[in-house]
Amino acid sequence: EVYLEERLHELDLRSDSDVPDVPPPTDSTPEILKRALSGLSARWKNWWIRGILTLAMISVFFLIIYLGSFMLMLLVLSIQVKCYHEIITIGYRVYHSYDLPWFRSLSWYFLLCVNYFFYGETVADYFATFVQRREQLQFLIRYHRFISFALYLTGFCMFVLSLVKKHYRLQFYMFAWTHVTLLITVTQSHLVIQNLFEGMIWFLVPISSVICNDITAYIFGFFFGRTPLIKLSPKKTWEGFIGGFFSTVVFGFIFSYFLAQHQYFVCPVEYNSETNRFVTECEPSELFQMKKYSVPPLLQAVLGWETVNMYPFQMHSIALSTFASLIGPFGGFFASGFKRAFKIKDFADTIPGHGGIMDRFDCQYLMATFVHVYITSFIRGPNPSKLLKQLLILQPEQQLSVYKTLKSHLVEKGILQPSLRG
Amino acid sequence: NLQESESENKLDAETASDSESRSEFGGSAPVPTSDDTPEVLNRALSNLSSRWKNWWVRGILTLAMITFFFIIIYLGPMVLMTIVMCVQIKCFHEIITIGYNVYHSYDLPWFRTLSWYFLLCVNYFFYGETVTDYFFTLVQREEPLRILSKYHRFISFTLYLTGFCMFVLSLVKKHYRLQFYMFGWTHVTLLIVVTQSHLIIHNLFEGMIWFIVPISCVICNDIMAYMFGFFFGRTPLIKLSPKKTWEGFIGGFFATVLFGLLLSYVMSGYRCFTCPVEFNNDTNSFTVDCEPSELFQLQEYNIPLVLQSVVGWKTVQMYPFQIHSIALSTFASLIGPFGGFFASGFKRAFKIKDFANTIPGHGGIMDRFDCQYLMATFVNVYIASFIRGPNPSKLIQQFLTLRPDQQLHIFNTLKAHLVDKGMLGSLEDA
Repeated sequence: EVYLEERLHELDLRSDSDVPDVPPPTDSTPEILKRALSGLSARWKNWWIRGILTLAMISVFFLIIYLGSFMLMLLVLSIQVKCYHEIITIGYRVYHSYDLPWFRSLSWYFLLCVNYFFYGETVADYFATFVQRREQLQFLIRYHRFISFALYLTGFCMFVLSLVKKHYRLQFYMFAWTHVTLLITVTQSHLVIQNLFEGMIWFLVPISSVICNDITAYIFGFFFGRTPLIKLSPKKTWEGFIGGFFSTVVFGFIFSYFLAQHQYFVCPVEYNSETNRFVTECEPSELFQMKKYSVPPLLQAVLGWETVNMYPFQMHSIALSTFASLIGPFGGFFASGFKRAFKIKDFADTIPGHGGIMDRFDCQYLMATFVHVYITSFIRGPNPSKLLKQLLILQPEQQLSVYKTLKSHLVEKGILQPSLRG
Repeated sequence: NLQESESENKLDAETASDSESRSEFGGSAPVPTSDDTPEVLNRALSNLSSRWKNWWVRGILTLAMITFFFIIIYLGPMVLMTIVMCVQIKCFHEIITIGYNVYHSYDLPWFRTLSWYFLLCVNYFFYGETVTDYFFTLVQREEPLRILSKYHRFISFTLYLTGFCMFVLSLVKKHYRLQFYMFGWTHVTLLIVVTQSHLIIHNLFEGMIWFIVPISCVICNDIMAYMFGFFFGRTPLIKLSPKKTWEGFIGGFFATVLFGLLLSYVMSGYRCFTCPVEFNNDTNSFTVDCEPSELFQLQEYNIPLVLQSVVGWKTVQMYPFQIHSIALSTFASLIGPFGGFFASGFKRAFKIKDFANTIPGHGGIMDRFDCQYLMATFVNVYIASFIRGPNPSKLIQQFLTLRPDQQLHIFNTLKAHLVDKGMLGSLEDA
């Protein structure tokens, strides 16, 4: 008995050996495409499929942007759910644990809990006026953390009660797998939505920079690639990496220039409770007003200009594109390592020629967090509507004393005139 | 090659269910933990039979730990915070060591360093947030601290990213799966251990009573449930922990609620327990001095008619906090044990008897703290939801970082709200 156990334990830990690949995914290319491309050789056919699907995805992206913030939020939520599903399914396959008691329900339940918590914390802030009017919502908001915690606890207790004698280890593995997946997918998607509310440009420029880096690094690698970059991804090359970096910075710079001109992209998304719609209308902040910059003497000789008119945001876009090109790929390497560790070729078969949704979004992992941290550190302080919400929860005496402190501060700074009533 | 892949498939299938041969962890004899009971105790107890000896060792160590607990409370908030920090690091170390043992991955390149590095990063992040909130004036005064505080999230994120990139660069061809396992293991451990310890510190700052009462209730429930189970135990509670019984569970519940009521009554009378911990800029030390809030002022309560006949009183003088203590003890008795069952399941899953050998007769630090997992979070959520709202001074700090137009907007909304409520006349007060 002991011998068998030890052998199993050993095999469990055995270093990855060259095990044959998982059989290639079933071909989910639509019939139409297949017929249209039936004449070409297999290599070119693959290239065309990838190209067409890329264009299709980019078009869908533009369409959703046109449809507005609400559709974008729904899209982000759907992608999050699909990514979660893909990673959990991989976990089931790795551990052959599809039939574990309760586990599928528990995984979805935890996803629901965590989403409920995050949506309540962030999105509810933006709907403050909407919420003020409805009694039941007020109750939910006030005790939100308690309710979320109670929901999570229920799931935790269900997990403990579902532990079955012969499956302890597996169940703990799946529990941990679920939590790490939640940590990755749900937090990222909520940060993406928060960035979106800051202004659609904070959503579009980072995502486009990552996509651009993907594509330009591939193209540079295709034409000039010679020196391998990292053993994890043998197809990546230094030439692709550096070429992609420079093109992405330039792309980000130019793309920001165009987006910064339209209020639709630049203004924080607000919810108008009268019209029950999202509005993006405002006085563009300083970031999006043209300024004159002196060109450093070094570049003056090259470009021939002494000053240039730019939006301050374009400087920030350089930081964003730099991150997308230098650190973003680490997200891709992480995913590659993950796929090799668990011996899968793609996360799923959702998109023909591309793999699963996660395969497309692996480089975006860190980008959303970076943008969020960047905004809170360098662009603005804490969220004003959240602050307002907390002020309104205080006790009346506390509110009064806060009011007096604020008033004296504003008068001191000259923002408020003491003689006016306003 | 085919044979190899077949055997690996077989392995995967068999990992799906712990093999038939594996029984309760008591069945397959685990390696006995090395006996590190101090020599003194060994000699003193050398005459008793081994069963009683074990009981005495446990008893003495329990008393030792409780005494230690009281000493640190006496020494004050700073020492308490340091102890919480040490316990956190030890728990992290214990769980990570288990991971190494399970996966024989002690020699994975970089991994020990990376685990400690991530622990450092996450602690830096949380301590930074806490320090910024509670030590606001101190931070604003010292230039380097002010900058660290302003860009705190960015700095923390950068530190974490560095660790992440080091992990990716350290992936070695034959060890991918193990490395990902350890990465996941580290993160889940951080999630459990570090967040709980920081919530405990937040609770502590709210008032030492919010730290002492919950922890004592969990300890009391542990001891009471054991005693009730010892004397009256008959019906098993849950297959995971065969020693637990329903009698112990229910007896422990009532005993703990009673204990909580009494302990709160005694503690509510002292300012050093009920006042929020504050940092005094002038003396550069922690102070607990304040006007006790309503929660800690005696009030007269009417006894419900049902109890009047039993108890014989019509009204009783109680602190409102004692009512809250009922909620805390109830949680400690009903849900706290689930943390213990979780840890039991974990130990069975990975076939270990104890988390470590740190405390003779008791096992590791984690073994003592497994029921406390959920308690700290519960207390924190409870305080935030039912006791106090947001901290006004913190809100003012946040206000000061906004742009002028945002400040004006908020000010006007607040003003309109106060006028609405009739707290402010339409004329401006001084």
